[in-house]
Amino acid sequence: MLDGGNGTAGAYLRIIDVTKTFGAFQALKNVSLTVEEGEFVCFLGPSGCGKTTLLRAIAGLDPQTSGRIIQANQDVSLLPPSGRDFGIVFQSYALFPNLTVAKNVGYGLESRKAKRAEIDKRVRELLEMVGLADQAHKYPGQLSGGQQQRVALARALATSPGLLLLDEPLSALDAKVRMHLRKEIKELQRRLGLTTIMVTHDQEEALTMADRIVVMNKGVIEQVGTPGEIYREPDNRFVADFIGQMNFLPGTVVGDARVRLGQVQFRHRGTREALQPGATVTLGVRPEDVVVNGGTPSEEDNSFPARVADLDFIGNFFRARLAADCLDGMIIAADLSSGVVRDCGVEPGRPLAVSLPQERIRVFPAD
Amino acid sequence: MSDTGAAAAASVTVRRPKVAGEALVTWTSLAALALFLLVSMVLPLYALLSKSFEDRSGAFVGLANYAAYVTNPALFQSIGNSLFIALLSTAITTVLAFLFAYGLSRTCIPGKALFRAIAAIPILAPSLLPGIALVYLFGNQGMLKSWMMGESIYGPIGIVIGMVFFTLPHAVMILYTALSLADARLYEAAQVLGAGRLKTFLTVTLPGARYGLISTILVVFTLVITDFGVPKVIGGRFNVLATDVYKQVVGQQNFEMGAVVGMILLLPSAIAFVVDRLIQRRQVAQFSSRAVPYAPKPRRGTDLVYLLICLVISGFLIGILGVAGFASMVKYWPYNLSLTLAHYDFTAVDPDGWRAYFNSLKMAALTALIGGAVIFSGAYMVEKGRGWGWLRGIVQLMAMVPLAVPGLVLGIAYIFFFNHPANPLNGLIGTMAILVLCTIVHFYTVSHLTAITALKQIDPEFESVSASLKVPFYKTFWRVTVPVCLPTILDIALYLFVNAMTTVSAVVFLFSARTKLAAVSLLAMDDAGATAAAAARPMRIVYTSAVARALHALASRLLQRQTHAWRKR
Repeated sequence: MLDGGNGTAGAYLRIIDVTKTFGAFQALKNVSLTVEEGEFVCFLGPSGCGKTTLLRAIAGLDPQTSGRIIQANQDVSLLPPSGRDFGIVFQSYALFPNLTVAKNVGYGLESRKAKRAEIDKRVRELLEMVGLADQAHKYPGQLSGGQQQRVALARALATSPGLLLLDEPLSALDAKVRMHLRKEIKELQRRLGLTTIMVTHDQEEALTMADRIVVMNKGVIEQVGTPGEIYREPDNRFVADFIGQMNFLPGTVVGDARVRLGQVQFRHRGTREALQPGATVTLGVRPEDVVVNGGTPSEEDNSFPARVADLDFIGNFFRARLAADCLDGMIIAADLSSGVVRDCGVEPGRPLAVSLPQERIRVFPAD
Repeated sequence: MSDTGAAAAASVTVRRPKVAGEALVTWTSLAALALFLLVSMVLPLYALLSKSFEDRSGAFVGLANYAAYVTNPALFQSIGNSLFIALLSTAITTVLAFLFAYGLSRTCIPGKALFRAIAAIPILAPSLLPGIALVYLFGNQGMLKSWMMGESIYGPIGIVIGMVFFTLPHAVMILYTALSLADARLYEAAQVLGAGRLKTFLTVTLPGARYGLISTILVVFTLVITDFGVPKVIGGRFNVLATDVYKQVVGQQNFEMGAVVGMILLLPSAIAFVVDRLIQRRQVAQFSSRAVPYAPKPRRGTDLVYLLICLVISGFLIGILGVAGFASMVKYWPYNLSLTLAHYDFTAVDPDGWRAYFNSLKMAALTALIGGAVIFSGAYMVEKGRGWGWLRGIVQLMAMVPLAVPGLVLGIAYIFFFNHPANPLNGLIGTMAILVLCTIVHFYTVSHLTAITALKQIDPEFESVSASLKVPFYKTFWRVTVPVCLPTILDIALYLFVNAMTTVSAVVFLFSARTKLAAVSLLAMDDAGATAAAAARPMRIVYTSAVARALHALASRLLQRQTHAWRKR
């Protein structure tokens, strides 16, 4: 479904129907995915969702129970890790503590019978690339966490692999270093045009770094898409809930692209699969998409009257909880900028007109 | 979807793994290790088991040998004797070791490092040494024979004293560890709640150390019931299971009865082993990472009492060793007590003793070298090997068994197995090789567990990284794992060396005239042979073990200095 017709030309990695079981536990259930050449893909999901299992299956470290993995038009499903073409960076970095930074980076080159001078040159290049040229003779234990991470990256890139695998590479670092390294890794990846898969549980990391995000849950892929798609058009409630925040409001289908909540009808953009009138659904809208104004509410612009139940000062914005009698007392969270709060005089107890923009409403089948 | 799959299959080449290199190395080394443990341990034990069900001609006779054993009062009585000795020795050792370890960990007495070093002394000596020293002191020609008030040292009294000396270091080590890991917050809570000292001891200290206590009791009990050296030298006519095995096999050549006693001897250690495993499984995370280590505060009266206790116990340990050391340097015990080094003279006095000594040295060195290499690489394959999960499981299981097998039992199992005319390996009998083999197996488990513990602390992804870099795992093993684990490997080598130097139980059945060992040659020393010259033999072993220990400390220090650049945390 992802690679119809001629679309296979750019496909570098194809995962076909991969299943992995540990005893009775199914860690991956018939997972299929295509990764394009030069693409940066993030596997995102809560712990235990199978993202690391999938990465390790791609590397051959924990082979799949069934299914196929095709890399650069070669079926590598049966190969041990040493037979496959990838570089990997682990959360722990797994740097060899008794070898210097230079020896660590050159570790994979030495066994290739390259000349000493060539190895030295390549190591120097790599260390310059990650900005550690002056640390070559130190041991990993003498470096900071961020520096160790870069050494691990340089070591993974040393043998010029066709695929770079990153297993939660930033989660052991503190927030500032992490922000900085996100940018660096992304730039490096773009510069080298290297197909890269990164596993992360940090949605912000995935949103800022990935070309495409693969959202996983309980061993299946919930959605694949660009960060914008995933955030704005989540396919289902899990994705909507896992990435960002969303109000989930129970409603009933009344017609084509129309849903009733309490006594109010809302228009929305429609759903991929047609919904039967009378079906119960969940209407989702992100807090930052909720609009408030001092005007008169009308169903024409999806608005209704509500009262400010309470208001929390978060810093750069306010989080308001809005209670609407016409929605059977449902509470809607809304993120409001300081400007809006000031202009509309938002304060607890205050009645307001609240609008849910048509193009920002997602409708999911009720569970 | 379906036709894309078919189209994709057309242009895709399927790559098959080459059966070579790493997988072959993994498989071969695991299979070799499994075979090694099978031949050197499982099959001999099976030979022992089947021997106990056979008559002299080799025909199966069911439980007839066991029936004969039970109906022979002289033999059957040994069970009671062994249990009596084991229970009494265990009680005394546990109480003394608890007091000693409590003094070291929970009071502010001076000289703790010195006391700890003294408590380790008996490990350096063969278990025959306390027996010999007691003979010098309280034997028929003993200096302090009058202290016995008419009782004889040859018998239960001597055995128990010797056993306490021999088992104390093991008990102190376990209890010291258990008592050192205390959570100060519990003591503060007890204090705040108004608990008195006795109540605090009963509700906090004792429960905290209960696993250590149980473990100590099991270890000491097993050591006592299976030790052969002490009762052999000082047991007199008081028969115990361990000496029965020796008498049946070596004295009367009654192999079938020896096998029966061996099987009975296997029982307590096997039970202790299983109980200990079960308990250790329940022991997890008693001492959480948030615990605050307990630091004792000075309390004058208590500290003084414990200082006295530690001094008395240390005095006992040093006294026993000192007597043997002193006796080895006097001219003619007990008539001429002027000092001389003549008994250590290489050629003149004791050529036979020296040959045995060099045999021991060679055996210990080979055991440390070969055993260290085999056990560490084996542990690596079990812990870090890729694939062959079932084979790794089998090896791991087999590696645990030697801990439950007393040396004496292993020794007779070896005779039955390797001496069998149909065994192609029976050429090994009487060689140095079989002594080394038996000793490696005898001390396999502790070394294996030490190696596994160290390997578990190494990043599990080293092998993954090296696979991604196309470097075979055995190269990474050599370049990274071995250097990182070198301190542990040295510890294992020292453990094997010292134990090989002092062991008697297993090898006593396996030596020949050419390969007689120093510790074994002490066996010939009964009352009549308790000459000053003979005391030099066990002392040589003590000195050698002490030197090995010192060399180990020196090597560890040098290693630490050389690698501190990357070893700091």
